[in-house]
Amino acid sequence: MDIFLTYLKVFCVGGFICMLGQILIIKTKMTSSRILVLFVCIGAVLEALGLYEPLIDFAKAGAIVPITGFGRSLAKGAIQGLKEMGLLGVFAGGLTATAAGITCAVISAFIFALIFNSKTKKY
Amino acid sequence: MNKEKHFSRNEQYNVYVESKIPKTKDFPTLIWAFLVGGLICVIGQGISDILMLIVPTMGIEEANTWMLIILIFVASFLTGIGVYDRIGVFAGAGSIVPITGFSNSITSPAIEFKKEGIIFGLCVKMFSVAGPVIVSGLVISFVTGIIYLLF
Repeated sequence: MDIFLTYLKVFCVGGFICMLGQILIIKTKMTSSRILVLFVCIGAVLEALGLYEPLIDFAKAGAIVPITGFGRSLAKGAIQGLKEMGLLGVFAGGLTATAAGITCAVISAFIFALIFNSKTKKY
Repeated sequence: MNKEKHFSRNEQYNVYVESKIPKTKDFPTLIWAFLVGGLICVIGQGISDILMLIVPTMGIEEANTWMLIILIFVASFLTGIGVYDRIGVFAGAGSIVPITGFSNSITSPAIEFKKEGIIFGLCVKMFSVAGPVIVSGLVISFVTGIIYLLF
């Protein structure tokens, strides 16, 4: 029952964040690129204000998987780097925290782009 | 006078274009965005929980990073075989906003522009969407760090 409740929270919060994005798309006709940029910035700002950590405690992956979680990692990395290394940490922290994700995305994109060819769109 | 006439013609044209654009139904896409986005997050939570069960020494941060890596890799593969774009047609932001959408936005142009060569096609266009995301994210993370340094 406890597990079910956790997953329900994950589902609702994750779905809600995506729905906010969809509302933006419908209302403002933003391109997906702008949505991603906007959400990363929102995530980073919320983390800087200390509002994103409670959300992660509440919804776990529901707050980490949306791209706002990426912005959160960037901001968190910079703050942590500052505590550990000072000014140098501000430069290094953001990318250090997100390095695994970015590297994986680039490498898998490179591999699969070599393997697969673009499909002709049927729809 | 002439300018006004021009403007009204433009407006007429806009109305005409508006009438010809295929209407996406707003409400169903909202629901689909909610369902698909929520489902991707639940899958992520599942991966993270299973990882922590299999490897008990793994901390929650580490498990979450692995979970993101797995999601990114799988989304990239699904983009390669053409499944992810089909989900995106009806799910809208439900497939864009999760980290899988970030992966999709890197893989998709990489595949698309492979024809133009490995360096100037694949490697350059790879960052056509992800580039702005990483740049803006880094700028804001740097600004955050500086603000924390000052106060």
